Amino acid sequence: MASKTDSDAPRDLSRRGLFKQVGAAGAAVIAGTPLAPGEASAREHTAQCHPVATAQLEALETLTAAEADTLEAIVARLIPSDENGSGATEARAAHYIDRALTGPLRSSREAYAAGLAAIDAYAQSSKGAAFARLAAPDQDAVLTDLEKNVATGFVPDAATFFDLVRAHTIQGTFCDPYYGGNANFVGWDLIGYPGIRLAVSEDEQHLKAPQPVRKSAYDNAMFTMKGSDHGHRT
Amino acid sequence: MAIELKKTDVVVVGLGAAGGVAALPLTLAGLNVVGLEAGSWLTARDFAPDELRNNVRGWPQAAQKANNEIPTHRPNASAPYTPRLPIHPMMNAVGGTSLHYWAQSWRLNPWDFKVVSATTRRYGSLRIPKGSTVEDWPFGLEELEAYYDKVEHEVGVSGQAGNIDGAIDPRGNIFEGPRKRGYPMPPLRGTQFTDRMAATARKLGWHPFPGPAAVNSTTYDERPSCLYHGFCNRGGCHVSAKSSTAVSTIPKAIKTKLLEVVPQAIATTITYDDRSDRVTGVVYVKGGIEYFQPADAVLLASYTYENVRLLLQSKSRAFPNGLSNRGGQVGRHYFSHNQSASVSALFPFDLNNWYGLPAQGVAVDNWADDNFDHSGLDFIGGGNLWVYSDRRPIGAASMSTFGKAPVWGARWKSFIKGNADRSNVAYLQKTTLPYDDNYLDLDPVEKDPMGFPVIRITAEYKDNEKRMGPFIQDKMAQWFLEAGAIAVENGPTGIMGPSTHAYGGTRMGDNRETNVVNRFGFSHEVPNLGILGASVMGTSGAHNPTLTAQALAWRTAEHLTANWTAIAKG
Repeated sequence: MASKTDSDAPRDLSRRGLFKQVGAAGAAVIAGTPLAPGEASAREHTAQCHPVATAQLEALETLTAAEADTLEAIVARLIPSDENGSGATEARAAHYIDRALTGPLRSSREAYAAGLAAIDAYAQSSKGAAFARLAAPDQDAVLTDLEKNVATGFVPDAATFFDLVRAHTIQGTFCDPYYGGNANFVGWDLIGYPGIRLAVSEDEQHLKAPQPVRKSAYDNAMFTMKGSDHGHRT
Repeated sequence: MAIELKKTDVVVVGLGAAGGVAALPLTLAGLNVVGLEAGSWLTARDFAPDELRNNVRGWPQAAQKANNEIPTHRPNASAPYTPRLPIHPMMNAVGGTSLHYWAQSWRLNPWDFKVVSATTRRYGSLRIPKGSTVEDWPFGLEELEAYYDKVEHEVGVSGQAGNIDGAIDPRGNIFEGPRKRGYPMPPLRGTQFTDRMAATARKLGWHPFPGPAAVNSTTYDERPSCLYHGFCNRGGCHVSAKSSTAVSTIPKAIKTKLLEVVPQAIATTITYDDRSDRVTGVVYVKGGIEYFQPADAVLLASYTYENVRLLLQSKSRAFPNGLSNRGGQVGRHYFSHNQSASVSALFPFDLNNWYGLPAQGVAVDNWADDNFDHSGLDFIGGGNLWVYSDRRPIGAASMSTFGKAPVWGARWKSFIKGNADRSNVAYLQKTTLPYDDNYLDLDPVEKDPMGFPVIRITAEYKDNEKRMGPFIQDKMAQWFLEAGAIAVENGPTGIMGPSTHAYGGTRMGDNRETNVVNRFGFSHEVPNLGILGASVMGTSGAHNPTLTAQALAWRTAEHLTANWTAIAKG
């Protein structure tokens, strides 16, 4: 079993590799198809032995490919990857949103369908191309128009859609990685969150924060399904 | 037709903070009790340190009842409705919201029981705000003291006493009313940040102290002490250090073998018989099947909104406008605690507030209740200043940028990278009063999945609350700035929507024209119907309501046991 990932080691390189490699397979676990016992650890073993450096492959759960392209482009501007480190792209915030839209956020699915279409239409009419095809400054100008609620074609209005996507992008960047965002803990690293501990000492509540722990809540077996095998690493 | 069950002595509707306490004195006195609970049993394994599930998604692992009946809200009868909350402030489970509440366990200040007479005596009757329906409680703190003490010890509360039989101890709250003995556990520990805030308050000449918490600071009742892991705010405790009724009074009541807990039971009607002029039991739905649980007495303990809703929807020929509502008082005198008008601060150094809990903090009561002279002021009452250690990543990333950065993009990212652990938001609970035109009733349109109308809140803060807010904010800002903050930001006086601190609707008082229950918590109109929870409270004070609701619940239950024949068999 993968109990070694329960250590307090700040980073677990094998898990980082796994995150990149089994995204699609792991997503199936969340959707209700558990891996057979032992399967994940076998995969992890594979990941350790044969690190794969290729770009990650991603199944979409509810978004269309075009919607996903637009959403990826939006989150990449909301929390950009820059000299301050990884952003929403590396955190896989769009993956988080796609997955959540089939479950807890399903009531927002239609708002995404309408809003993503509207932002493309607005980008086309104001800047001459679909949102994902615009240069970053033009993308920022379009998003600013949404934020200021001057962009047209949105129901009920542009700012409502902007606030929705912003809130979900923050969730997808800073949530427990169990949910498919905050991949490799890049969100927690960004803000210096020292991580989930089940017990915190008096010393650890002094002004200087302790060394970060990089674990999901569900790396603690007491909070997982009995018999599950850490199928949460997406 | 409902399946009729075997009669019991007492049905308690709702095994949360109040009903879960009442079950203990009832069963200790030998009464058979059926506890109907809409939620299910949850255990330590359900309490993962998971911000998304706890704080954003409203406890999907719990039975989803409250989230299906979120009250609607409008500021006044001619104003448009405000958007409905996405999740209900309360939740359903055995133990109720005491599973995930902040667990601040305050006694009220002596003044809170005597707002009308004490204000009139000190400042004159003109200072009672116009339109307020506030009354003195039918008794003072001294009547409730023994019950506060009982609950502090049976539930398990940590804290530092400030006044034992009149002897003031400056380590505690010097403004608290006299108590017979100290807390059963010492206070929760401080953090370097809260210690810094306490030292600053002393420098200002104020009287800081650690607040009382229904959280173990030491091993107590065979439960371990708090592990300060940082997920207590809307989170359950994975080691049962939080003294919810699910791990304190309910298990003790079960040990008597006289409490039957019926989980996932949704009460729909309290039944009434006009020949005997008594309530006869409760109809509930469990697993799609309707049951009738007959009983000699009913204690309604399902939170303010649901207490009012159950009464209003329990109609009969004798009570065409809802049970115990001939006087039209059910739903009146409603108010929710003014917790808005907060103050956020930005410090030039990291605070390491990532761990700890909302109940681990430092309080200042110098500006609460009538602890200061209001002669030159234009309001009565005041606020409790509370600074605590509590932060999680999604919340941290959602922080105010204090006007120093936009709310997205590279500059925002740079700002939160540097400041996510440098802000602090004070919790300022302020006296809120009932008013003639703030009330609860049934929504004419919105229904729950069973087809029953949800509660409609018609309420807004009035001048007294609006004037007090900036006064309290100024004190808080002074405290933060003295402690080294480089920016402070005042939150607005918000709307009076659904709240975890919802008072009134079945107010307690001697005058049956203006109150639903008598001084013991029993209906003025139906003798064997008792009502538990903050819905019986007529004033809020400046502190969390739970301990007071629990002390009142114990007292009402004890009154029932001491007068069993008269109340239940009369």
